[in-house]
Amino acid sequence: MNENGKPKFGMYWASSCGGCEISVLNIGEHILTVDEVFDVVFWPVATDFKYEDVRGYPDGYIDLCLFNGAIRNSENEEMAHLLRQKSKVLVAFGSCAYEGCIPALANFTSREAIFQTVYLDSPSVDNPGRVIPQPVTAVPEGQLHIPEFYNTVKSLDQVVDVDYTIPGCPPEPHQIWAVLQVVVAALTQGAELPPKGSIIGAKETAVCDECLHPKSEKKIFRFYRPYEKVPEPGVCLLEQGIVCMGPATRGGCGALCPQVGMGCRGCYGPLGGVADQGARMLSAVASVIGVGEPEMDERMLEREFETVMDTLVDPAGTFYRFSMAHSLLKRAKIKD
Amino acid sequence: MPQERIGVYVCHCGSNIAGTVDVEELTAWAGEALRHRGVVVARDYKFMCSSLGQDLIAKDIKEDALTRVVVAACSPHLHEATFRKACADAGMNPYLCELVSIREQVSWVHTDKAAATAKAKAVISGGVERVIHHAPLEPMSVPINPATLVVGGGIAGIQAAMEIADSGFHVYLVEREPSIGGHMAQFDKTFPTLDCAACILTPKMVSIGSHPHITLLTYSEVEQVDGYVGNFNVTVRKKASYVNSDLCTGCSVCEEKCPKSVIDPVFEAGLGYRKAIYRSFPQAVPKFPVIDADNCIYFDTGKCKACEIHCEAGAIDFEQEDQILELNVGNIILATGYDLFDARRETQYGYGRLANVFTSLEFERLTNAAGPTNGNIVLRDGETTPKSVGIIHCVGSRDRKFNNYCSVICCMQSLKFAHLVKERTGAEVFNFYIDMRTAYKEYDEFYQRVLSEGVHFIRGRVAEVTDVSNTPEEEDKLVIQIEDTRIGRQRRIPVDMVILSAALEPRHDSDEVAHQFGISCSVNGWFIEKHPKLDPVATMTEGIYIAGCAQGPKDIPSTVTQGAAAAARVLGRIQQKEMALEPIRAEVTEALCSGCRICNNLCPYTAIVFDEAKEVSVINAALCQGCGTCVAACPSNAISGTQFSNEQVMAQLHGLLMLNIMEPVVS
Repeated sequence: MNENGKPKFGMYWASSCGGCEISVLNIGEHILTVDEVFDVVFWPVATDFKYEDVRGYPDGYIDLCLFNGAIRNSENEEMAHLLRQKSKVLVAFGSCAYEGCIPALANFTSREAIFQTVYLDSPSVDNPGRVIPQPVTAVPEGQLHIPEFYNTVKSLDQVVDVDYTIPGCPPEPHQIWAVLQVVVAALTQGAELPPKGSIIGAKETAVCDECLHPKSEKKIFRFYRPYEKVPEPGVCLLEQGIVCMGPATRGGCGALCPQVGMGCRGCYGPLGGVADQGARMLSAVASVIGVGEPEMDERMLEREFETVMDTLVDPAGTFYRFSMAHSLLKRAKIKD
Repeated sequence: MPQERIGVYVCHCGSNIAGTVDVEELTAWAGEALRHRGVVVARDYKFMCSSLGQDLIAKDIKEDALTRVVVAACSPHLHEATFRKACADAGMNPYLCELVSIREQVSWVHTDKAAATAKAKAVISGGVERVIHHAPLEPMSVPINPATLVVGGGIAGIQAAMEIADSGFHVYLVEREPSIGGHMAQFDKTFPTLDCAACILTPKMVSIGSHPHITLLTYSEVEQVDGYVGNFNVTVRKKASYVNSDLCTGCSVCEEKCPKSVIDPVFEAGLGYRKAIYRSFPQAVPKFPVIDADNCIYFDTGKCKACEIHCEAGAIDFEQEDQILELNVGNIILATGYDLFDARRETQYGYGRLANVFTSLEFERLTNAAGPTNGNIVLRDGETTPKSVGIIHCVGSRDRKFNNYCSVICCMQSLKFAHLVKERTGAEVFNFYIDMRTAYKEYDEFYQRVLSEGVHFIRGRVAEVTDVSNTPEEEDKLVIQIEDTRIGRQRRIPVDMVILSAALEPRHDSDEVAHQFGISCSVNGWFIEKHPKLDPVATMTEGIYIAGCAQGPKDIPSTVTQGAAAAARVLGRIQQKEMALEPIRAEVTEALCSGCRICNNLCPYTAIVFDEAKEVSVINAALCQGCGTCVAACPSNAISGTQFSNEQVMAQLHGLLMLNIMEPVVS
């Protein structure tokens, strides 16, 4: 602590969309309490601090740093190391920092393929010189440097030590506020913090626990994408064939999506002890495909099974939508 | 966690393992490279499963204070129990011993010694990592209810019920038809001895009916099965027979007086008639008739009551309703038998279209002295004796269109038919076979006897049975078209009568029955035994046994043997009074279960139920067999399998990939 005696607060966005920042502001008037309790020392979206300012802070100067965004490039990684060094408590805030989230879907392809699409092949691109970003470019005045774009997106904990994780895309405001209250109580009244490494601001049970749709035994005969079917109200979406990641996703969000007829996307990540959310859900879904009779010929069974699975468009992108970087797969192996 | 003290024991298995794996190097490596994971002793021995090998382990457990043991030897199927027991005898919880296979999975499937040794290292490394995560487990014990349910009153069920009841334990015998006896009661003679089926069967039936320890529930079906080994709750529906068995004397006057005759499709195979109030046959057990309400004039029109009027005992009760009975039993034997292949499906043989084509079961009734023709072998007109008869083997069997299996009994049955036709009519007999299968005691001798009686044997698959004649000799005959493969020529054999030795098929509802009792059916539909050779009457579900043709086609001696074998297994269980269950089970951690119900209909043993009040799924530990299906399917990680936890499986993978030894390679 310094001059004004307030604990120091920092927030940073690496490879992210900015939704996490909005979600923090969505805690409403409580943001005034945050301002009252904390001294904001770094928060690019809200305040004008430079990287140089952070470099000037003593180690461990920031009491609470919320880090959102995945590690997409060398700048992200550099800031992760810097903020780790300058923070007492570093929190992986939101799905990108926790498990890679949407940016990590790029792990299904390669840097070369991404550049090819984005800078050369995309119909809206006009790039007659076929210029592709290079980390170092020689110009008459000397060398220009831009951050290096990595081949593989990583989660925050894959590059630095992380104290806590708040899941969600984005984390729900009521959960953010609950976490902030715990931290404030710890900083001002000496209350105890949760054990290091905890996932906070979420529940220990799946989204289904909070979802009000009644559930029964499941048998799926075909899958529907959200636009293909108007869900029957009051019936478990998965039982209707609408892919809902609820059973494989940590709760705490209040089951907002399934309650309005949109299958859970899975943004709160896997449940405790699950190494791979996508594999878990795939295994669960495959278990309840409704086809097949015990005496059926295996090839016939396989065909019927595949007919059902073919209605499940983009299973990898569906089941690993948020968790790719942190999954057992981490990335797709690209053949040369 | 404090580091475990692990012993690694490598078996040579004579040269089975040592011939392909460098066991000395493997042992030395395990002691060195896995020391940092807690391996304090590593030994190899020629036969670890011998008592000397086991003593080696026991001595180390005591003297070296081992807390975990890894044995690298054969498949756990063979010796897991041996080594667990050796550890238990030495004072260690048996579930802290892990058997890894370096024989079936390494030495027997590889030839390159260096590569095989390297693989064996990985297998041991996986076992060491896994065993660290093992927890001591205690077997569960459940009391065994000494009562037994036998489903099916054919010869298999009769034998099983008799064996158990004669030992002084109670049996509930449930039979769908109005009488016990099954298919055997329909036969006249039995091969190869040609003794009369009724003469040897009916005394057994009578004993069943009067046995003090047997509750006979005929005209009844099992509706529901709950519970688990030692403690099943079975719901049985006893169909209304409209005859009060407390009053009925079995005098059969009602049958005589009933004005309604109907074709009997079951016992008489459609060849004869029975009344609307009927017993399947005169020696039926129990002796009480039943009213077939669908064909009864009174139930149709409200008038008649001939049976009631003539019943002196006043036993007819048109108001009777189905009874639901709840039974508690400890073990169940399924002896539900077979259905005969519907010969109409083999359209080119003309059954159902050509009058004088008969099925094997019809022919059994024709030859039966108590059958519709009093045992006279005649054509469909009821009077003409055939002068020539063709018997076609393998109808619906060994045929990819229908059933790829051999129905086992047809060759011998067809030989019996040939003999009976010869004996009673003197007709020319032709047997059309693919291969002659007369294995077992005195079967081939019977074949030779029939050969010497002048029966013709033509090898080949009959192409067609037709009434279209090409020559004057073929007129008004059935012509059998066949390629005689022994002379390599097409032949047309005109006969008066054709008998189709139809396949035995699983009961039409065998799938539902299997599901009801929590067992499985093979691809062909027969109930699956626990082990095809070493455990042929047990199933993968504890407490459920199978016997007779429900398990696969077989003859009467084998059926009786299985009935007795299943009874012996049940008696063994009953004598134990209580039973230890393997503690390898799946468990739901209620605090983690979100009640999504993905797992609810996956369990092959129906061990998972949903607790509506708590909104969580619950596994019945006594029903669970630890297969792991639900563990893999639970998307919330709320179900863990003891001895197969995610932690243990992941640790084993970690070890198999040698990540415990080398730094992981990061790209």
